[in-house]
Amino acid sequence: MGRIAFLNANAAVAEAALVAGLGFYAGYPITPSSEVPERLSKIMPEKGLPFMMMEDEIASINACVGASASGVKAMTCTSGPGFSLKQEALGMACMFEVPLVVVDVMRGGPSTGLPTRPSQQDIMQARWGTHGDHPIIAVAPCNAQEAVFETIRAFNLAEKFRQPVVLLTDGSLSHLHTKIYIPDPDEVEIVDRAQPEVDPENYYPYDYNYEVPPLAKWWTEDGKSYRYHLSSLIHDKTGFPTVYPKYAQWLLERMHNKILNHRDEILKYEYYKMDDAETCIVAFGSTAEAARVAIDQAREEGIKVGMFRPLTIWPSPEEQIRDIASKVKQFIVAEMNLGQYKLEVERIVGGRAPVYGVSQAAGVLIRPSQIYDKIKDPSKRVEIGLTEEELKRFGGGE
Amino acid sequence: MGFHYELRFAGVGGQGSLTAGTILAHAAVFHTNYYATQVPTYTSQVRGGAAKADIIISDTPIVFAESTNVDFFLATHQKAYDAYKGDLKKGADVLVDSGLVKVPDEDAKIYKIYEYPLVKVAKYEIGNVVTMNVLAVGICVGLTHVLDVEAVRETVKEEVPERFLDMNLKAFDMGLEVGEKFRREGPTKK
Repeated sequence: MGRIAFLNANAAVAEAALVAGLGFYAGYPITPSSEVPERLSKIMPEKGLPFMMMEDEIASINACVGASASGVKAMTCTSGPGFSLKQEALGMACMFEVPLVVVDVMRGGPSTGLPTRPSQQDIMQARWGTHGDHPIIAVAPCNAQEAVFETIRAFNLAEKFRQPVVLLTDGSLSHLHTKIYIPDPDEVEIVDRAQPEVDPENYYPYDYNYEVPPLAKWWTEDGKSYRYHLSSLIHDKTGFPTVYPKYAQWLLERMHNKILNHRDEILKYEYYKMDDAETCIVAFGSTAEAARVAIDQAREEGIKVGMFRPLTIWPSPEEQIRDIASKVKQFIVAEMNLGQYKLEVERIVGGRAPVYGVSQAAGVLIRPSQIYDKIKDPSKRVEIGLTEEELKRFGGGE
Repeated sequence: MGFHYELRFAGVGGQGSLTAGTILAHAAVFHTNYYATQVPTYTSQVRGGAAKADIIISDTPIVFAESTNVDFFLATHQKAYDAYKGDLKKGADVLVDSGLVKVPDEDAKIYKIYEYPLVKVAKYEIGNVVTMNVLAVGICVGLTHVLDVEAVRETVKEEVPERFLDMNLKAFDMGLEVGEKFRREGPTKK
């Protein structure tokens, strides 16, 4: 049996990571994510697990990449400014194809922005923050309980696909204290990375015969020692660099296809009151909870509205959104940024239905009343902002 | 909708508003079998920035956890009062520190204003200013009857450090008495 606790989502993520089998944590604290390392720093040493408080974000993620390559499940946690610093190594982890979980508790940006306030401004950074054609998986839970299960899922996806996974929460959700259930490891599915069936001398870390080649642990329980090379350059099956053009193309396509060909295992989404909906709200994370309240209210008045909520943000649930586009009259994408996911929805919908946005990046949650107003009149602006008169007397401060 | 009650505890960083919120939320979840959420909001200033904790207590699961229709509002600093009074229900119970918050006259027409020298009483009568948040919790429970007194008292015992326990229980009982008096006699600012 698991246990019930009154925790915030940051602490929930920490607890869930341990359930998933976290074996190494390295990080540098940053508001509003610091409760994750705070909790782990208490628990991990007691369990004999390494917890490293590093000198900065860059060193943190590099330590995690190394730890994961050696065979343990590793995680680091940060917020927007730290996520920016981690991008280079995140790309390296994609290239190495090492499992890794990076938690980004989104706060208001750009730059140091609004340190203590929630946002969803890192949606595109999670996808394209690091350079080059890299694959990525990103997941976004909407409440603390779901954060528990999505953290475990993030680890599972990372292990299964040899792939860094970004877990996106926000400054409000991360501090939302609520009653949650933390399962025991035997109550949930736990995936461990596949191990090679060949002896060390015949092992290749990028064996051409696999879509996801097994990533050997450096030493096994029966005393075998797998030693191999990882390179951030385009590499062949041995892990050593190559510039052979046909091969470079093949490698990148395989790295993408290992994700895109398995969308059915990676995508997770929720339809909320969508059966007869004419308006589809698209929302994720904290914003989805506001949308749910707004939809309930509108439904009471007979307005046919529902929600499509992606839990997997990347890769996109393209087929699902396209299917909805053939049934509804309009979309409203509600998010705490200036319309990042709206761009993606517009791309997928491809003009089949108008796509409106509730795009608020004010450092406060989008409220149910704002989404309700948008449902009533999609052409209306519902984001908060200063009136001209307020602008004249606005002196800054709180 | 059955039972649904929203509280907002606001002050400036360092005063203990967040702890006060945690006590009530824990009492609701672990000693009363309600659903509860607690969402703190603060600024990047460790001390001195306006901070608040929104607590929602309900007999059904809580979907959107930020208070938008506040039933009870505690403000222990002018900055916090001004910044966070926006979401109050008409007729909400408002408890302010009489020494630190000056409530505008027009607000007294909309809300029920109770003024009490929380900081002064905590510091000089109870003996330590850190008891202010438990004193406020006591007044809140006495005034609103939102939760069972014993449930909250048990939570106070669990939440406060042992060496401050007697002091805090004294603060809680004193607060209850003040709260009950407010309940009988009505708002202090008419």
